[in-house]
Amino acid sequence: MASGDILHPSSGFETAEILATERRKRRRRTKIQGKLVKWFFISCALVSVLTTIGIVVSLIVQAWDFFIEVSVWEFITGTRWTPLLKPQSFGVLPLVVGTLLVSSLAAAVALPVGLATAVYMAEYAPEKLRRIIKPVLEVLAGIPTVVYGYFALTFVTPLLQGVIPNLIVFNALSAGLVMGIMIIPMISSLSEDAMIAVPRSLREAAYALGATKFEVARKVVVPAALSGIVAAFILGISRAIGETMLVTIAAGSTPRMTFNPIEGIQAMTAFIVQLSLGETPHGSLEYNTIFAVGILLFAMTLLMNLLGFWVVRRWRMKY
Amino acid sequence: MATNPSIQEQLNPRLSYRKKLGSVVYFLLLAAVLVGIVSLIVLLARILFEGIPWLSWHFISDYPSRFPERAGLKSALFGTLWIMGLVAAFTIPIGVGAAVYLEEYSPKNWFSNIIEVNISNLAGVPSIVYGLLGLALFVQWMAIGRTVLAGALTLTLLVLPIIILASREAIRGVPDAYRQAGYALGADQWQVVRRIVLPSALPGILTGTILALSRAIGEAAPVIAISALVYLTFVPTDPLDRFTVLPIQIYTWVSRPQDEFRGLAAAGIIVLLVILLSMNAIAIYLRNKYQQRSRE
Repeated sequence: MASGDILHPSSGFETAEILATERRKRRRRTKIQGKLVKWFFISCALVSVLTTIGIVVSLIVQAWDFFIEVSVWEFITGTRWTPLLKPQSFGVLPLVVGTLLVSSLAAAVALPVGLATAVYMAEYAPEKLRRIIKPVLEVLAGIPTVVYGYFALTFVTPLLQGVIPNLIVFNALSAGLVMGIMIIPMISSLSEDAMIAVPRSLREAAYALGATKFEVARKVVVPAALSGIVAAFILGISRAIGETMLVTIAAGSTPRMTFNPIEGIQAMTAFIVQLSLGETPHGSLEYNTIFAVGILLFAMTLLMNLLGFWVVRRWRMKY
Repeated sequence: MATNPSIQEQLNPRLSYRKKLGSVVYFLLLAAVLVGIVSLIVLLARILFEGIPWLSWHFISDYPSRFPERAGLKSALFGTLWIMGLVAAFTIPIGVGAAVYLEEYSPKNWFSNIIEVNISNLAGVPSIVYGLLGLALFVQWMAIGRTVLAGALTLTLLVLPIIILASREAIRGVPDAYRQAGYALGADQWQVVRRIVLPSALPGILTGTILALSRAIGEAAPVIAISALVYLTFVPTDPLDRFTVLPIQIYTWVSRPQDEFRGLAAAGIIVLLVILLSMNAIAIYLRNKYQQRSRE
């Protein structure tokens, strides 16, 4: 007891009583403190829920003005996207096709390579090598996307132009290939986690039946980890759809309905960046297009992410 | 075990084929692994080769210019440092708070379930969508304007899922016995959290924080939606100043057709990567130190 001002030099009984009330007070104080802290923690957790609500509300409110002038149907089914040119036309399909074209090129690279990397890491690689490869892949995953954009535009495109002479500077092919390299680490690490979770006993049973290492990987480990692998694929593609700087830098800014990878396209995300950088006045119809495109983008990636979680939940094998 | 190959062959005629297939596949897998590694090496080599001639002290200390030999990235570098500081100040309390709530306080019910699903969904939302959120919410409705503060708040929301997931993992790693010991000494929940759980989880939380911050300073897309302007010749002096960041400066240089500006972009990338890699090195150092301690 350090606070001398409470201790009056009266009877010992009184002192004890004062001490007791003091202790009660302190206990109440810590109790209140604990409650306040708990509410602080709850509100922190609520920030994440509010963020989701904020995304949905802000996109819808901002896109509302746009959808008053342009019908949703016209927006979703139109095949000409010229919001900044006369005559204006607000068909979003060229942007969607552009995004899908680049994402499918990325998937064509990243799915086989990512899966093979994961199989190698989970089944073949000796511990020493794993300890080298893993950080390398982590570095690859941590490189900002603007750097990949630089790489695609200044290195991969000239390289491809050596092979395909009539390739224009801004093209979907280069952006798609580099984006594939970019999402390899994500796909390989998620698939590897799924494969490592497959119990040893399953592998050993297969070996006991005389299977070779590759047969164990192909017929036991990959099927057993399939839900995780499929989820990794879906999340990887969703990441590719939402990727921005790489397609803005390397894939061009001409919205075009084409599945020809050597042409220039414009992805949905690249359009949003282009308009954000331009001189378009706030609140104009042209300006609000970015929120309409944003809603569509958010809906596409959300659906894919939910599908990914659903696959894991629904098809996960329990051992 | 039968080691005579002819007997094995008689028992299983396809064995040698299966073994050969296995070794072919082995090399295919190895080649796939090399795709990632070789790409990284080529990428880094290319950037160093193109960028090093442009690196100099004035490149760090000068403002951007339309003359490539005079251009620097001072405004972008300071903008990035501002963003780093503000995002750290916002994310650490909110992220750790949310993680503590989910791990230590929340009962297992529909509410905590919603928050959990929600956080993993937020981690998959494209960064440009956060930019649109920030543009509508902070820049327009809250009238903060196209300022460092608006950018930092936007990036905070973007990286929160990362820090929450990392902190939760760290908190989950604290043995229950520590908590029980605290309660046995008469501590209440908050005292246990503050004096026992958080100190033991600190290294993991720090690692997550660093990873989240390095994600924040590498992002260009959401910041473009917030700041728009990319040519700045001043350094922000308070949170309500306009700003630009390194990735945006790099983007502006890359999108110029002249070769000189591409060189500047490569030099800018070197500066950005040096910052990012040193942050990652700190994170890896902390992780290794922590793993050693927990094994003792």
